[in-house]
Amino acid sequence: MSADAASAVPMTPKRRGAQLFMLAFAIGIIMAAYASVGLGMNGQVPAGMLTYGLGLGGLMLVAYLVLAKFAPWADPLILPLVTLVNGIGLVMIYRIENAPYENGASATQQITWTALGIVMFTVTLLVLRDHRVLQRFTYTAGALGVVLLLLPLLPFIGVELNGARIWINVGFSVQPGEFAKLALVVFFAGYLVAKRNVLALVGRRLLFIDLPRARDLGPVLVVWGISVGILVLQKDLGTSLLLFGGFISMLYIATGRTAWVLIGLLLFVGGAFVAGQIFSHVGDRFEVWLDPGNNEFYTRAAGGSYQLMEGLFGLGSGGILGTGLGQGHPYRIPLAFSDFIFPAVGEELGLTGLMALLMCYALIVERGLRTALAARDPFSKLLAGGLSFILAWQVFIIIGGVTNLIPLTGLVTPFMSQGGSALLANWILIALLVRMSDAARRPPPQAIQDEGLTQVMQR
Amino acid sequence: MSELTLLLIRLAFLAVLWFFVIAAVGVIRTDLFGARPASAAPKPTQPARSASKPKRGEPRQMIVTGGPLQGTVINLTDAPITIGRAPDSTLVLADDYASSRHARLYPQNGQWIVEDLGSTNGTYLDRTKITRPTPVPLGVPIRIGKTVIELRK
Repeated sequence: MSADAASAVPMTPKRRGAQLFMLAFAIGIIMAAYASVGLGMNGQVPAGMLTYGLGLGGLMLVAYLVLAKFAPWADPLILPLVTLVNGIGLVMIYRIENAPYENGASATQQITWTALGIVMFTVTLLVLRDHRVLQRFTYTAGALGVVLLLLPLLPFIGVELNGARIWINVGFSVQPGEFAKLALVVFFAGYLVAKRNVLALVGRRLLFIDLPRARDLGPVLVVWGISVGILVLQKDLGTSLLLFGGFISMLYIATGRTAWVLIGLLLFVGGAFVAGQIFSHVGDRFEVWLDPGNNEFYTRAAGGSYQLMEGLFGLGSGGILGTGLGQGHPYRIPLAFSDFIFPAVGEELGLTGLMALLMCYALIVERGLRTALAARDPFSKLLAGGLSFILAWQVFIIIGGVTNLIPLTGLVTPFMSQGGSALLANWILIALLVRMSDAARRPPPQAIQDEGLTQVMQR
Repeated sequence: MSELTLLLIRLAFLAVLWFFVIAAVGVIRTDLFGARPASAAPKPTQPARSASKPKRGEPRQMIVTGGPLQGTVINLTDAPITIGRAPDSTLVLADDYASSRHARLYPQNGQWIVEDLGSTNGTYLDRTKITRPTPVPLGVPIRIGKTVIELRK
């Protein structure tokens, strides 16, 4: 029986060895990158290489052991891939920090945040033994998300920085929007599990598309209203686009209706167009996007294209193979260590390096979507699908922005940009994905005997 | 540090970076291209097949031909197949019209028998609701909720 059951329900291999190997490989690459930065800048291996490399290696070993103990069936690739991306970000911040002039980059700070990120990852895995518990907190999560989004608007604790009001200052600066993102995805997943049957109902058929009924438009309009609110009140184009895109994609996953995607696109494009006409900070982004090389925009102090153009120059001088680590001038791009870390990497590693990084992101997302496919209940499917999509969508928005494919919106590059809130939130996101992948890949309980109506199970 | 050394370091680093990506894809190869056809699969089945070779006209596969799981194929062995919403069933249905332990298929004297396990909405062989264990001919649809399954050679 057991042999037959095994052939009917294939046992997923745990792949612990592969995971450890890939993790060691990633740490090795990061240490090589450190060495390469030092060799490129002043001809010697930097003194901090061993401290940074082994520090990061130790952290990841902790994460690996936590994973092996508390989520043994989890996907073997997610952790190594995230480690690599996080590590390349660290190296780049270290490189930008060692510029001829002060620019705000701090690798020490970033590695501290990475350590805290691993702590959050561990805590999430320890506390959340069964992610389906989250479904009970659907509306709590929704309320929490909205409150977190609104926090920066409060007087006294809300802070406006670089033209966007998305920080709060409670002794140190926090970007609550990053955590709101997670809470809202949990809310969307729980809500859509309950309502997807209604939302999938077909109203009228127009050409090839089944339109939903007009009265079911409510939820979409509410989320649209919230994201337009963020756009107007906080001047944060990125989060607005991120949230709305996340909701629309989850609506699509839940109902399988293309019409929702079209309605979402039309609503957002319409909203953004009107906002662009009325509010100058949105309109500026559009002007710059259409003609970044224009001298008028390049020299404009606020909302100009200087930063974008510096990034494009960096990518251009990097070319196919890059200038080599430590040999370019990535620090010339304003905020190269945060929003513009992607062009900074592009200058030194070239298109080849960027494509490898994008492949890493793609593989993380692929593992997430695979988890969604393998998950057994609709809530996990939606949550895993939503979290992976929102990660991919965020990478697309910021990288599309800095390469001038779409209008530039300020968002962090997940795991790479310097910034504590985003790093912590993304490590929690990864912990959730890992938790779900553990549940999805865990083999079903095997029957010990096969006779009779009562079956004895072994977990 | 000479130009040439730096160039070599640069190229080597990019190569290693890509090697990592390729290694990562290698880990999940089974996901992307299906299970490895070599070594593992044929060896154990070869002796098993010669021992209990299915006779002509006996079904070898159960195929889901309708419903959300359409396209799922389960190879028939000597083991019974359980169908239902319970996560330990051989075929797990996510269907509100199916019971947790809905039906069972088992071989008996070279025939496959379908038996309803006291489900709420019943199991249908072709158009008739079955009330007792019934032999399943090849290619006749069994309906459970929204799911339709068939035995094939």
